[in-house]
Amino acid sequence: MNEPYAVRPAARRLLDVVDVKTYFRTPRGLVRAVDGVSLSLDRGTTLGIVGESGSGKSVLSRSIMGLLPKRNVVREGKVVYEGTDISRLSPEELRELWGTEMAMIFQDPMTSLNPVQRVGAQITEGLRVRLDMDRKTAKATALALLRSVGIPEPERRLRQYPHELSGGMRQRIMIAVALACGPKLLFADEPTTALDVTVQAQILNLLARQQRERDMAVILVTHDLGVVAGRTDHIAVMYAGQLVEMAPTAELFSNVRMPYTEALLRSIPTLDQPRHTRLQVIPGRPPDLVDPPPGCRFAPRCRYVQERCRVEAPPLLDGGNGHLYRCWYPVGRETAAPVTVGTGAS
Amino acid sequence: MAGTGTAHLRRPEEALLRIDDLVVEFGSGRRKVHAVSGISLDILPGETLGLVGESGCGKSTTGRAIIQMPRPNRGTVRFAGRDLASLSGQELRRVRTELQLIFQDPISSLNPRRKVRDILTEPLKIWKRGTRDEQIELARRVLDTVGLDPDTTLDRRPHQFSGGQCQRISIARALMLQPKLIICDEPVSALDVSVQAQILNLLEDLKERYGLTLVFIAHDLAVVKNISDRVAVMYLGKLCEVGPPETLYERPAHPYTAALLQSIPVPDPRVTPTTADALAGDLPSPVNPPSGCRFRTRCPRAEARCEAEEPQMREVTAGRYVACHFPIEGAAAPGTPVSVSTGSPA
Repeated sequence: MNEPYAVRPAARRLLDVVDVKTYFRTPRGLVRAVDGVSLSLDRGTTLGIVGESGSGKSVLSRSIMGLLPKRNVVREGKVVYEGTDISRLSPEELRELWGTEMAMIFQDPMTSLNPVQRVGAQITEGLRVRLDMDRKTAKATALALLRSVGIPEPERRLRQYPHELSGGMRQRIMIAVALACGPKLLFADEPTTALDVTVQAQILNLLARQQRERDMAVILVTHDLGVVAGRTDHIAVMYAGQLVEMAPTAELFSNVRMPYTEALLRSIPTLDQPRHTRLQVIPGRPPDLVDPPPGCRFAPRCRYVQERCRVEAPPLLDGGNGHLYRCWYPVGRETAAPVTVGTGAS
Repeated sequence: MAGTGTAHLRRPEEALLRIDDLVVEFGSGRRKVHAVSGISLDILPGETLGLVGESGCGKSTTGRAIIQMPRPNRGTVRFAGRDLASLSGQELRRVRTELQLIFQDPISSLNPRRKVRDILTEPLKIWKRGTRDEQIELARRVLDTVGLDPDTTLDRRPHQFSGGQCQRISIARALMLQPKLIICDEPVSALDVSVQAQILNLLEDLKERYGLTLVFIAHDLAVVKNISDRVAVMYLGKLCEVGPPETLYERPAHPYTAALLQSIPVPDPRVTPTTADALAGDLPSPVNPPSGCRFRTRCPRAEARCEAEEPQMREVTAGRYVACHFPIEGAAAPGTPVSVSTGSPA
């Protein structure tokens, strides 16, 4: 999509998402869950997508992968994967990509594993069907996979059912299933939200190690800015179905432009604050996606709101250094008017 | 990790609540779950005690055993001078009006078929406090204090509110009988960060206004640091460490506290996450906890003594108590990122 990414050698480009829209038809009207999102991803890099519940971050990753039902869903835009638009492929054609090209790890490792099937069968299924392995090779590969995701006694685990394993173990199994056929792109949708903090650290380290070894690109979807800060190359912040800020990770944290991102960072209690520090709150709540406000969608909750924000929706603006933001009056050091207009605006 | 021992307790006549050697077990025989194994704690009037630990450490069970739900297998719970464990059902019900609970899931802890008006006034009806008009008047005042508009709120049902609003209603319900002590069991972990900040600030305001004493149970260490005057770290049914939040977070003495702190993702890309896992493995089963120190199976400092002998709570520096044979001495623990500035940018 945008200029900041186009300067990279084209051969490193893995994914281009162009103006993707996903609307759900409901009795209340059309819910604009994802409303014109564009982004790009290079091979082997990590993009963090951050947002609160209802911001559209999970629907976006499902839209890219084609994991949405056909009925009552309106889809627009292009998803270019390795030069081919995959947004119009049939489910049969998509199935050729799932597992071998792209895979997903879901938030809840209990409900996303099959409870009545042994762990071994769930890992080898993809190997046997997609990679045409015979039973013996598939089992050997599964054992190697379990070892690589740090599971002790892998032979015994293969014969166990998901309920016999702890949450952290199940999430490792999910990762093993997702990695089995060597995808080039991995979606991790809140992979550690259901886990304790020490186990979360283990799982994030494991993902980072696997990503390096396999030169795999990762889209890490989370609500936790702490999780993405040290582990991503770029961060995209979503609010009410739109990207509101996107930048290289270090740039984003050192030079926040979008008031929403700033407010989000300030509302998190940190370890270096003294006790009873008053937290900055974001008043109100996110807009109804059936009928979003006419101007900037964050305007009703923004502490810097001005007249223009309420009537005119800001496009995604380019602030240089690969930093895009959707705001007429951005915060931060340079308050001069933004220069060029990005293409990702709806 | 013994946590047996009472060195950290203060003078009994000062405390509003004092728990001595609390034991809670579920089931019997070989499948007996040792949920809480000999915990002693006390809380001064007006103090907020933060209880942290990972899932399965017994922090929620401790909170519930305080209000005798379930009744502990052993130990005493003295509240305002009376031992709750020795009270009969009717006496206990009367004392419980001064002890209230707020739960994690704000939506499922409210009866979906009842209006907010009835949810709030029910405790007053049970205890026959005031006339019908006085009850409604109190409900309106309390709703106003928790930041909800009484006119639009009273006649609606829980499903018409967001998660944050439901948590405010739960808090209002807990305040109706003017309790002395509120036990908050993960009150913000189901909420988005922006809403979490609203609820944390609200709890601080209410504490000030009503002179409340809080037990704040949570797994998020940053949240606990923000709200607590004293923090107790739990592991597998035992206490590890007790102390004021500043010193406990800056210089953890117990290896488990250090590992917990090291695992927290910091929202600052300049802090590189440690790639070595702070803690290996999973929590041992509470059905068959390790001998001696319960943390020894995952502890990097464990020695033979830890297996044979259970460590007792002892004072390491003023106001800091730790149950460990080999506590971390001196300044920050190796690799602990807490001393690095994590202030929000911009």
